[in-house]
Amino acid sequence: MDFATLLQVLDSTIRLATPLLLACLAGLYSERAGIFDIGLEGKMLAAAFFSAAIASITGDVWMGLGAGILASMALSVLHGLASITFRGNQLISGVAINFLAAGLTVLIAQDWFSQGGRTPSLIGEGRFGPITLPGAEAAAGIPIIGPIYAELISGHSILVYVAFLMVPLTWWLMFRTRFGLRLRAVGEAPEAVDTAGVSVIGLRYVAVGICGILCGIAGAYLATALQAGFVKDMTAGRGFIALAALIFAKWRPWYALYACLLFGLLQAIALRYQNIDLGAFIVPVQFMDALPYILTVVILAGFVGKAIPPRAGGEPYVKER
Amino acid sequence: MDKMPGWADAVLVPLISLILAAILSALVIIGIGEDPIAAFNLMVDGALMRSSGWGYTLYYATNFIFTGLAVAVAFHARLFNIGGEGQAMIGGLGVALACLYIPWPNWYVALLGATVSAAIFGALWALIPAYLQAKRGSHIVITTIMFNFIAAALLNYVLVNLLRPQGAMDPATAKFPEATHLPTFQDMFSTATAPMFRGAPANVTFFLALLACVFVWVLIWRTRLGYEIRAFGHSESAAKYAGISPVKITIVAMLISGALAGMMALNTTMGEAERLVMNATEGAGFIGIAVALMGRSHPLGVLLAALLFGFLYQGGAELALWTNIPRELIVVIQALVILFTGALDNMVRMPLEKLFLARRRKA
Repeated sequence: MDFATLLQVLDSTIRLATPLLLACLAGLYSERAGIFDIGLEGKMLAAAFFSAAIASITGDVWMGLGAGILASMALSVLHGLASITFRGNQLISGVAINFLAAGLTVLIAQDWFSQGGRTPSLIGEGRFGPITLPGAEAAAGIPIIGPIYAELISGHSILVYVAFLMVPLTWWLMFRTRFGLRLRAVGEAPEAVDTAGVSVIGLRYVAVGICGILCGIAGAYLATALQAGFVKDMTAGRGFIALAALIFAKWRPWYALYACLLFGLLQAIALRYQNIDLGAFIVPVQFMDALPYILTVVILAGFVGKAIPPRAGGEPYVKER
Repeated sequence: MDKMPGWADAVLVPLISLILAAILSALVIIGIGEDPIAAFNLMVDGALMRSSGWGYTLYYATNFIFTGLAVAVAFHARLFNIGGEGQAMIGGLGVALACLYIPWPNWYVALLGATVSAAIFGALWALIPAYLQAKRGSHIVITTIMFNFIAAALLNYVLVNLLRPQGAMDPATAKFPEATHLPTFQDMFSTATAPMFRGAPANVTFFLALLACVFVWVLIWRTRLGYEIRAFGHSESAAKYAGISPVKITIVAMLISGALAGMMALNTTMGEAERLVMNATEGAGFIGIAVALMGRSHPLGVLLAALLFGFLYQGGAELALWTNIPRELIVVIQALVILFTGALDNMVRMPLEKLFLARRRKA
């Protein structure tokens, strides 16, 4: 593999890792606050549809982004209602949200555009275009470093940079602010937070809300930056890969970045090479597809560093009376 | 003491949830500019008014009975088996291998063999998540989700690279031999003068599904193992104190659950397609969740809920054929049923409980 090919693979790694990273961080806020969320997939899908639909109707991608975030937030509120207010089963609520999004997006797409459950292709201002960082063209001539800066780091859509900036921001918010401390506490020992006079319900709703915003951006990125428009089931299991990455990262922001880059790389390789011939044997493309899930099961099994979720995760909080 | 009467819990709560789901579905249909009453009439007409419609309804119901029972058995042990889809895929592999490589003399021996094979394959696919939950504490929901994806990749590999006949394009196995052909309802119930269930895929597996309902009822409420599963589901610590091994119950409950999910593939693979195709499960593994929730994890409830979903599936296909309403409407209804009977259960239950308590105080 020569240098140019390597750059291309890494470049597509970044593109493919971005939605995973956003969704993974979304899950991080929610699960750190003790709300399991297997509805990441559904929220991304809803956001992907509404961002593409509104962007194609108004011709303005920022309106699309806003609509995507709103759609994802609406599902977040539903999840909050079910799992915080009515103390229902968070996993079942997540499953319901995934199906709701899968069904409604196609239903509405068919009603609005009559194109077999897709939106029209987005053009011009309807998409997030690539951003050329300052000095990228001038630096392109420098060997090795030049192309890395010009092709790998520069030239992505704004949402990619947002996603990568979210990592230090999340770390700072979680581990260096009072809000973050309370958020983590509410996922470990909500009764202690309650005793301290802080609202468990309020904190959990905030966490679920942040999760909605980030899933919204992830979905909008899929439909308006990575691809040009919405197609049926376009998230294709990314929400679950993000969930896997979250477990892989053991609910920590920096490790989430590494896990998402790894899973993004696996996707990029699977996209480019199909079956990989290693001489002695051939690695089938299906194995590459399944690898994130296999790795997650191995991590969950605790053979390579045990993943322990937040202690109060999945448990609705009941105030003592 | 502070409880609703049993019938209200078993019948009223699911019924109200169902009505709420139906109202919201009607609103969705109105939202996309169609008439919900006309749509409902069309669904009834297509699914229940002709014997061929019933043939499809019962065919889908067969799938949902198996996957619903699978989820229900796991629910009794307070395990959420979300992996019915993957277990059914691998069960389909078991059916295909049994049908393709063993020369069966006739269909009922073949059905017996394929059932055993499907159950073993499905159970084995549930074994690893079960073991990891029991021994290593990995959350069974996450592992079974992962195993769904791994199953899809594995099946894709096996169909494309190993079982696809020479020169065939689509990823599917060769057609099963004639001896494994299961009698359809058309074969069984048609007379020379009156053809019944014409062209419908419902087949003898439906009766196997009914047997499975009876089996699960006997297992859960009439055997020692069932008692242990229920005790474990109600309180793990109490079960442990009574000498019930959590490891054993977790693994056994998941094995039974996986076996039931695997047997679902008999209907689609052996009964209908007569070869193993890529998407043989048709999402039935997930509908099992809705069916088990609505049926309150009781075999009779599962049977009724499966029939309802069978009707919705066939009716939805009719709608897609005759109107502008896409099949995805069924996915929405399914989501609403899961939402109201599963996640928002307390929203329906709390006011009802208050109502009953208020009435009792007066009396």
